[in-house]
Amino acid sequence: MQLGDGTPSEKHMETVVKERKPNPDGKRRGATAEEMSARQKEVSVSEFFVKNRHLLGFDNPRKSLLTTVKEAVDNSLDACEEAGILPDIAVIIEDLDPKRPATAKESNYRVTIVDNGPGIVRKQVENIFGRLLYGSKFHRLKMSRGQQGIGISAAGMNGLITTGKPMVIHTKPSAKQPAHHIELAMNTKTNRAEVTLDRESKDFPPERFRTLSGGTRQLSQEGVFLSPDSFVTGTSVSIELKGKYQKGRGSVDEFLELTAIANPHARVVFVPPSRITQDEADDMLPGTSSAAAERSKGEAPAQTTETGGVTVFPRGVDELPPETKEIQPHPKGIELGILLQMIKDYEASEKGTLYEFLQTRFCRVSASTASKFCSAIGVSSRAKAADIEPPQVEKLFKVFEDEKLAPPPTDCLAPIGVRQLLAGLLKGVKAEFYAASTREAAVYRGRPFQIEAAIAFGGDLPADQAARVIRFANRVPLLFQQSACSSFKAVEETPWKNYQLQQPRGSLPVGPLVVMIHMASVWVPFTSESKEAIADYDEIRKEMKLALMECGRKLGTYLRKRQKMRRESERRDVFERYIGEISKALNAITGEETRRLYEALLDQARRKTAVADQELDEDGKVRRQEEDDFDDDGVIIVQSAIAPIEQAAPVAPLQFDATVPGKGSAKPAPEVQASPAAKASKGAGPVIRTKKDLARADSESPKRARAVDDDDPKLF
Amino acid sequence: MAKKSNQQQAAAGAKASTGSVKERDARTQRKIEDLALDIVKRALAGREPVVEIPTRTKSNTIWNKKRGILEMGEGTAERPLFDLKTAKQFMQTMLHASTIQDLIAAGKTSSLRGVFYKAKHTVAGTKENTFDTQDESDPILEDLEVLLAALREELHIFAENRGSMVGNITIVDKGDEIDCRRMGSGGYAMPSIVEPDVIQFKKCEAKFVLHVEKGTVWNRFNEDRFWEKHNCILTHGAGQPPRGCRRLLQRLNQELGLPIVCVLDNDPWGHYIYSVIKQGSISLAFESTRLAIPEAKFLGIRAKDYRQCGLDEAVKIDLTDNDIKRAREIAAYPWFEGHRGWQREIDAMLANGFKMEVESLITKDISYVSETYVPERLKAKDWLE
Ligand SMILES: Nc1ncnc2c1ncn2[C@@H]1O[C@H](COP(=O)(O)OP(=O)(O)O)[C@@H](O)[C@H]1O
Ligand SMILES: [Mg+2]
Repeated sequence: MQLGDGTPSEKHMETVVKERKPNPDGKRRGATAEEMSARQKEVSVSEFFVKNRHLLGFDNPRKSLLTTVKEAVDNSLDACEEAGILPDIAVIIEDLDPKRPATAKESNYRVTIVDNGPGIVRKQVENIFGRLLYGSKFHRLKMSRGQQGIGISAAGMNGLITTGKPMVIHTKPSAKQPAHHIELAMNTKTNRAEVTLDRESKDFPPERFRTLSGGTRQLSQEGVFLSPDSFVTGTSVSIELKGKYQKGRGSVDEFLELTAIANPHARVVFVPPSRITQDEADDMLPGTSSAAAERSKGEAPAQTTETGGVTVFPRGVDELPPETKEIQPHPKGIELGILLQMIKDYEASEKGTLYEFLQTRFCRVSASTASKFCSAIGVSSRAKAADIEPPQVEKLFKVFEDEKLAPPPTDCLAPIGVRQLLAGLLKGVKAEFYAASTREAAVYRGRPFQIEAAIAFGGDLPADQAARVIRFANRVPLLFQQSACSSFKAVEETPWKNYQLQQPRGSLPVGPLVVMIHMASVWVPFTSESKEAIADYDEIRKEMKLALMECGRKLGTYLRKRQKMRRESERRDVFERYIGEISKALNAITGEETRRLYEALLDQARRKTAVADQELDEDGKVRRQEEDDFDDDGVIIVQSAIAPIEQAAPVAPLQFDATVPGKGSAKPAPEVQASPAAKASKGAGPVIRTKKDLARADSESPKRARAVDDDDPKLF
Repeated sequence: MAKKSNQQQAAAGAKASTGSVKERDARTQRKIEDLALDIVKRALAGREPVVEIPTRTKSNTIWNKKRGILEMGEGTAERPLFDLKTAKQFMQTMLHASTIQDLIAAGKTSSLRGVFYKAKHTVAGTKENTFDTQDESDPILEDLEVLLAALREELHIFAENRGSMVGNITIVDKGDEIDCRRMGSGGYAMPSIVEPDVIQFKKCEAKFVLHVEKGTVWNRFNEDRFWEKHNCILTHGAGQPPRGCRRLLQRLNQELGLPIVCVLDNDPWGHYIYSVIKQGSISLAFESTRLAIPEAKFLGIRAKDYRQCGLDEAVKIDLTDNDIKRAREIAAYPWFEGHRGWQREIDAMLANGFKMEVESLITKDISYVSETYVPERLKAKDWLE
């Protein structure tokens, strides 16, 4: 078994419980080692976690509900991706006690997550759902959402403890065979499952959910909700628990909304409980799902929508993330204890030489490097791994540290990607400017990782609050312990002032800004088992800052440009205001035609303030017509979201101005300009246009007419 | 001071000007048209509309030592339309040019306030006014005066009447004969335009002009029939004398050869008024030739008077920091700088640490100023020049 950062092992548990409590009165108690040994016994992992549920994210009813959803959704996404299936996931929360008094702090809920993944073979069901620390992901270095095999079984255990109800599992591993319907409860003493029901069933996806509410009925009819066609195989997990459903920060809603942003390839349908704890229903998040849901009506299909209380986070891109390879550990990322364990495991299974062990169990160790290692610790290349003494292992460990080795391969990483990041953000956050950047892969402690950042700015986001930071690890949103997270520190340390934003010393920038950070790695160093914050490694924080700065620079360029446009537009407004008066006065003195004068002066005014007319390209640079060729530069600008410029003069300068097309420039018809990134969101229709499309549209559209309404009686 | 020649001069002036009114108006109209045509040409040719206005600032004011007056320099400032700082002023300049053109065409004159109201309206299509206050309008009219090199009366604009006159003189104002000896307690209100075509001097026995700062002091002198006893003309300018008052004083001085003797407060403001009467002001430097009276005399009151006249402690008014600053600035004016008498006078005031108003002499006796103070000083020729 491999030990990683903050991962509890069974051994670990023993030491924890054996720790002697300090005596309150300070006097030594008379217990002898004998007596104490009688009390010392192996504590099962499950027993340990029953007492320490908070370590796994079941601190309180609200968070328990969230964690349950999160563990199940993470598993569904992982399973779908591994099986090469585009995820289709339904999250259903049923309130089992809808008649409870309004003052009740919590209620019983049934959480069900249905996926169209590969399903689970019958014999594994008990292990997966009835045992802690049982999983397929812990023993390997592969990028995935789950890591320790604690997730779903812990959620089931929490449900059992709080309601006494078993987990209900429907799983259909084969398209042709019926599904299994299993109900099981974990025996926490033995860390094993006790099955209470086990039968075959044709009911997959479970029929009853379709008629749960008006919303589900409508969506089922439209084929959007739990359609049997899309759920050929899959798994449905139901857990009953004591919980509290409440929107806002750290809610199921936020989790799903952020999951949708980081997983634009997934389609998620959320059926919330019929009854919401009203006191908190208004703790809404800025610029996110609910707001997005509103505006999306009748607009682009790739936007979050709501039907009869059911939220549909549509699929933004139609490709799965690239398949990631599993890798062997890199010699530089290993700890001494793990090295010893690895040698032991190798002895047991292969009984080979140290020379072979080094080559097969590590990455980046060639035959010549392996023999170099052997001679460095003074053993022959034919020496059996079993014969290596601990001091030699220690020596080997040091040699690992000193040797120059190629960094680990990075094909084990699947970053979300700039296009998908933009598609995800565009779907979930209503803003005016979006930028994203993906760094090259880097290495911490021998483990490859890759950082991505994206920002959304302006639009409906609140301008006077600190930026919202949304954090992800392997595409999983991190909702708690923000300030303990490396990514949060990276945001604080980024010089946002350089990018035209306000930033109180050493804190988050203030402004209409959402900052997104994603870390992809074969092993994300969490600060605790509940996987809420990324540990603060210098290498990781540095990469995060660099990614943020890349986005920041794009934003800065855009904002500077926008400011200039705004200034020029204001200037133009001033000039245009006075030109009419001047033309009239000059006409009175000289008899020259007022309209002719007005047009001539207006023409000059527009030329003087031509900057205001420029459209911004994705770099925030002025877009030129010739610039037909362009790279995917990771920026989207939503013209229609740009706040109107008018300030001083609420009324148009002159009546006939209303008929001057293009006046006010900078905001033509509401439309979205985007790099091909956004094109990825298939079916986004005419809303999102690439630079190329726009350039074409520009050359087709007539030049701005300078025409003045001849018949305007107000002036002439 | 030969009476005859004075009268002849006045009559000649009157004739010359009345004969040329039409011509003068035509000339002004042409100037306004040229200004507007230049802008039209620029506008239609796609060149930036801009007016070049002689600057009425200290830096563009030259002290002509030989003539003893302030003159406007050659400096000009561009007022382009397409500049946020000047766009509105540009518009205002055009509006007033047009307003003036209308006035001339209609053969009417208007007060500064009237012109302000005539040009004030909301800018078409906005909620903004062309002019918000008269303070915005008046300087634009002064700009036009210098821009067109036209006098205010040539623009058909006048200011409100301010200041009064009584004394041994008969004048003709727009054809009406006015005997300034019979003006009752209020005096003759000096109009804003007092050019020879409007006002002619007819019969003058007065030997000098006593100019006092304020109406209250003027009332004292008038009530005491000072002008009768001392054969003079008595004027006041209600504080800083307006252009009409200064111009009339200058004409009395130049055309009739009457000395101008000023009785002003003993404070920086009084000194400044004297300076303006004598040398002209910065903002109207272009008019100095018509307004400045280099020969004007400062009779009082003086810093030494507190002691010399034995005034009561109560008359002292502490100099403020601002007063001290102003006093030092005035002491540094080029025409005061090399003047020993003035340097001593300002130093003495600063040494006193207090200022005094003319009214403070009343603490001695109600008519001390008119019956003792001024006659004594005049007799002793105790004044500053
Ligand atoms: N919905 C699912 N579909 C298919 N396999 C699943 C599903 N949920 C869980 N599994 C399998 O069960 C294992 C244990 O899951 P879990 O207890 O959440 O631990 P972890 O996700 O950390 O591995 C997973 O590694 C996966 O192989
Ligand atoms: Mg899991």
